[in-house]
Amino acid sequence: MKAINEAVLTFLSRSANEGFARTTAACFAAQLDPTLEEVNDIKTAVSEAVTNCIVHAYPDRLGTITMRLRLFEDNILELQIRDKGVGIPDVEQARRPMYTTGGEERSGMGFTIMESFMDVVRVRSSPGKGTAVTMRRKISRRMGGG
Amino acid sequence: MAVMCRAEGRTLYAALEGEVDHHRARGILAELDRQMDAARPLQVTLDLGGVTFMDSSGIAILLRLHRRTVQWAGMLRVIHVPEQAGKVLRAAGLERLITFE
Ligand SMILES: Nc1ncnc2c1ncn2[C@@H]1O[C@H](COP(=O)(O)OP(=O)(O)OP(=O)(O)O)[C@@H](O)[C@H]1O
Ligand SMILES: [Mg+2]
Repeated sequence: MKAINEAVLTFLSRSANEGFARTTAACFAAQLDPTLEEVNDIKTAVSEAVTNCIVHAYPDRLGTITMRLRLFEDNILELQIRDKGVGIPDVEQARRPMYTTGGEERSGMGFTIMESFMDVVRVRSSPGKGTAVTMRRKISRRMGGG
Repeated sequence: MAVMCRAEGRTLYAALEGEVDHHRARGILAELDRQMDAARPLQVTLDLGGVTFMDSSGIAILLRLHRRTVQWAGMLRVIHVPEQAGKVLRAAGLERLITFE
């Protein structure tokens, strides 16, 4: 499948960029005329994936995070967030609700939230090399409007 | 300031404002801990009316507040939950543990 539109952004794993990343994704999605709820779902999923890079992928150093936003036929938005951090040894285990290596400040619900807010969530990871999370969401077509 | 608190005897009212994400979570947690230590409240009301965005970082904050409150047999109420935050909290199954109004 060929993308109709695409934007790629690389930024440092500083927590101040969490808000920047989700707002940027929401702006890109605006061309699909999403509902407020759809915009919020996209922001939430991006926030989860980007926070995971900052907290888990680069636990004690700064690294780079790349966010690729793509648009496909049929109003499909694809978000990919990838890092070059520590990687995930067991992805299936990591995706389970309440599984966390993050201690008291984390709840282990990030992947569960991404899965419930997006249509498809794919995780590819190799220990020592990094992780890529790819999510898709079909945006509803609204009748009427402007 | 992301947290506005008012303590009266052993009741604590805390209102969160703005975006509750990992970037701001540590400051919010520290302030709530400070208020909880000072008041040791039996009744805690957390007002989310001013929250414009919340992700899983907010879940950890709520769970901690819940744990600390029930520790000395107190009660936690969460009020004015906005649409987006409510969806996140429901996806995490928090309504089974904490009362939302
Ligand atoms: N980009 C990543 N790099 C390395 N490990 C990761 C990455 N993303 C997730 N993980 C691992 O997967 C676990 C589960 O992630 P998930 O987002 O579901 O929960 P969490 O981040 O621990 O807690 P929460 O998201 O609720 O704050 C993490 O604790 C971590 O061990
Ligand atoms: Mg997470």
